[in-house]
Amino acid sequence: MRPKVRIMNLLLQDYLPVVIFIGVSVVIGLALLISPFIVAYSSPDPEKLSAYECGFNAFDDARMTFDVRFYLVSILFIIFDLEVAFLFPWAISFGGLGDLGFWSMMLFLGVLTVGFIYEWRKGALEWD
Amino acid sequence: MSWQDTLIQVLIILGASLALLVALLIFIAFILLADRKIWAAVQMRRGPNVVGPFGLLQSFADLLKFVLKEPIIPAGANKGIFILAPLVSCVLALSAWAAIPLASGWVIADLNIGILYIFAISSLGVYGIIMAGWASNSKYPFLAALRSAAQMVSYEVSIGFVIITVLMCAGSQNLSAIVEAQNGRLGLLNWYFLPLLPMFVIFLVSALAETNRPPFDLVEAESELVAGFMVEYSSTPYLLFMLGEYVAIMTMCALGTILFLGGWLSPLPFAPFTWVPGIVWFVLKLCFMFFLFAMAKAMVPRYRYDQLMRLGWKIFLPISLVAVVVVASVLHFTGTAPQ
Repeated sequence: MRPKVRIMNLLLQDYLPVVIFIGVSVVIGLALLISPFIVAYSSPDPEKLSAYECGFNAFDDARMTFDVRFYLVSILFIIFDLEVAFLFPWAISFGGLGDLGFWSMMLFLGVLTVGFIYEWRKGALEWD
Repeated sequence: MSWQDTLIQVLIILGASLALLVALLIFIAFILLADRKIWAAVQMRRGPNVVGPFGLLQSFADLLKFVLKEPIIPAGANKGIFILAPLVSCVLALSAWAAIPLASGWVIADLNIGILYIFAISSLGVYGIIMAGWASNSKYPFLAALRSAAQMVSYEVSIGFVIITVLMCAGSQNLSAIVEAQNGRLGLLNWYFLPLLPMFVIFLVSALAETNRPPFDLVEAESELVAGFMVEYSSTPYLLFMLGEYVAIMTMCALGTILFLGGWLSPLPFAPFTWVPGIVWFVLKLCFMFFLFAMAKAMVPRYRYDQLMRLGWKIFLPISLVAVVVVASVLHFTGTAPQ
């Protein structure tokens, strides 16, 4: 076996238990999900199967347009979550990185803060 | 390694996974009851007290009832996604537990990036809700799913920054190593909740919002959106959502225990207390964290949606961002950062 392949295998071996664990939880979930379809009594009728509404029939498709701010929040989330993902490896090793490692991340966080102040002033965080 | 060794290894992992999942689900059955009992006690009611002594078997009776109920799939729904959504949200919530150490060495997968794994898995939790809301093809679930998704991602960011501050102090992403980093002669005074107290508070509140617990349960604010994205669900598909929610809450409690309350470490580091096995301390701390969750549910009035977003983006995010800089500076300039 070539050394590169072996390292890869060792890396994957760490994750074998995760895969098995997820497999077992899928089995438990599926068992719960399927059981009422087998054991429970069922008598569907059109009223029961219609979408929930308050006293009238639903008059159009429920997948309507929605507020763009939800979209904006998800974009902001992607930006900030990416920053967090960048910080993770730095956070556990910055003790050994010295001044350069510390100040370059402070600069990075400074840029992030400028962007944050910009979107705050632009009103991207307002909900009213 | 021969294939027999591999097979035995796989069987051991399989047995351990099954044992952990069954134990977790039974624990959650009682946690659910505790939630209802605490809520009832705050309101001077008795809570469930009919099935078994003190209602102890209530959750199991509920399970039986869920299984025997008629499963309804609305005519207008996308059937495949509609059925898949509860499974996704339950399995994703459960799979985070693969990396959580219950005691020294008691972990299914001792990942060197355990915290990143849990962070990633809990981010995926949003998919179950979006799938349910979209597939139901009904207005209430759709609106609730949007709200819920926006709420969960907003608080995910501040949880991320809070985790970063702990990682900087511990110098590792392995959850067992984070717990060991809190081990010291001072016992509970060595745990990170003391130096990082503001972060612990932000973590607690964000965890409430992240798991859609009251006072941030805007997703199902009964007077507005009925039961949120679960309106169209019945029988065990509904049960799986409930289960997923409570498993996610327990994951947050476990994460809080590991990051701030010293995991399985004994609070008083001398003889009679160190004899108690680590798992007992871990479960006790888990119960304590859940008690905080349950009391918040019972005592705090619900937030409004714009207040919720304001709290997440304009208060928690700046505070935790500044905290990362402050903690990094303190560790760097005092030279106490772990190598």
